[in-house]
Amino acid sequence: MHVRLLDIAHARSGDKGDTANVGLIANRVDWYPVLRDHLSVERVAAHFAGVISGPVQRFELPNLSALNFLLHGALDGGGTLSLKTDAQGKVFSTALLRLVLDVPNDEAKRLGLPPAPPP
Amino acid sequence: MTTSVRVGGGQGFWGDALDAPSRLVQGGPIDYLMLDYLAEVTMSILQKQKERDPNLGYARDFIGAVESVLGAVVDGRVRIVANAGGVNPRACAAAVRKLNERLRIGVVTGDDLLPQLDQLVAQGHTLAHMETGEPLSTVRDRVLSANAYIGAAPIRTALARGANIVITGRSTDTALTMAPIAETFGWRADDYDRLAAGIVAGHIIECGAQCSGGNCLYDWRTIPDLADVGYPIVEAVPDGSFVVTKHPKTGGRVSVETVTEQLVYEMGDPHQYITPDVIADFTTIRLEQIGPDRVRVSGIKGAPPTDKLKVSIAYRAGFKAVGTLVYAWPEALDKARVADRVLRERLDRLGLRFDKVLTEFVGASATHGVLAGAPAPDLAEVQLRVGVRGERRADVERFTRELAPLVLNGPPSVTGFAGGRPKVEEIVAYWPALIDKRVVHTEVEVV
Repeated sequence: MHVRLLDIAHARSGDKGDTANVGLIANRVDWYPVLRDHLSVERVAAHFAGVISGPVQRFELPNLSALNFLLHGALDGGGTLSLKTDAQGKVFSTALLRLVLDVPNDEAKRLGLPPAPPP
Repeated sequence: MTTSVRVGGGQGFWGDALDAPSRLVQGGPIDYLMLDYLAEVTMSILQKQKERDPNLGYARDFIGAVESVLGAVVDGRVRIVANAGGVNPRACAAAVRKLNERLRIGVVTGDDLLPQLDQLVAQGHTLAHMETGEPLSTVRDRVLSANAYIGAAPIRTALARGANIVITGRSTDTALTMAPIAETFGWRADDYDRLAAGIVAGHIIECGAQCSGGNCLYDWRTIPDLADVGYPIVEAVPDGSFVVTKHPKTGGRVSVETVTEQLVYEMGDPHQYITPDVIADFTTIRLEQIGPDRVRVSGIKGAPPTDKLKVSIAYRAGFKAVGTLVYAWPEALDKARVADRVLRERLDRLGLRFDKVLTEFVGASATHGVLAGAPAPDLAEVQLRVGVRGERRADVERFTRELAPLVLNGPPSVTGFAGGRPKVEEIVAYWPALIDKRVVHTEVEVV
């Protein structure tokens, strides 16, 4: 089943130099394993292809039901150098929430995950 | 023995709500008012101000903030800890002194490395860029300011010596909260778990209301009364746990979700949140909703700090300008795209040289780029936003004069140019580096 991150998680993002971070938080504690098991660093890197110029790092915070992603080369140099509207990476959060996961049907059903809206 | 201490976070950056400090002091009991004014770029702005006037170079909003709570501070009910000193903590203290003669003002200095920068480099401190590894010599002749991020120890000293108000320069944001808690309970400098808890408390409240309902995505429509949002308060106890809350009858919300969103804000490696005093492990934080607008935070582990301090160096890095025009229905996006092509062709024909020209279409794809997908076919309007960056001021200046002619010379249905020509800005860029702790000497005066 297709599951959109926006429907199962919330997020906040910020900057450090030319790197944006996105902290992704499961809306329910029992939904955290869905993020942990299905949202790999490769998946996130593919999602942001063409938007960022550097690699992606991924960290797990099971205590907060959260993952943290560092998106390098995301901010046109960052800080005061950047010409972007989002020079400080404030809305990379919702950009990540656009991502749609493919979750096995039995798992999605057991956890009551909402299906992604049709594209 | 003191069994609890309350620290209110009344300013998340220079430019935050002017009345937040007085609302925190008047809305209920707090022991300390923590005010964070400094972002990465703020120090360089302050350095420029100090160059123009040697009595400036600090966050001037702070004077009004102190004045707004002066009675409570003079009475000894509330003490203030703030990094409002910027690049001139002594001038900041002198300005505060004018408000009241009875105040005991602690001034922390020693973070400013600019006077000894060449000496440090000559001694072998390369101050290489933390991300790129380039040596400081690449930009040395353009450096405006250089400040080490200093920790909680000098703030504790000032509090121990009876300061009502402690003013620092570039101390870490989190030390402003950790220091009064640690000093209240007499935590030792090697009590890493408790110090780490103080750092986490500081991280939660250092952005003001961003942990108490502001900018919160989770359930955002239901967060009440943001016009009177309650700024956050940490209620700490000696074992290192604490409760995040806000005053009664204020807007906003303190929940596990609002606090978690702030915890992950600007997060790097969560296992190693590095500060001058301790390394905090954010994967050990436990959150629990123990009542309405009350979240208990516990379980935090810390580790010894490194022998380095981070240094924030600001340097001149050329010029930039950003200009906008608005194109209306029908075919708004196509018109904006054609206008961008015309503009770029003009810039080429004029032989202007830039390091970067960036075009965004606000309303279609400015914030999420290609992730936004194909725009709706019939957008009501699109804002064309073009920015340029380069070493040559004259070229950037000329760019600012090429936008307005598009109104008469370019595609139709254009408006939104009443603000006039875009402003040319000098870019002051940020150079993060590390330095040995033992060469940074902080000083504390209580006057």
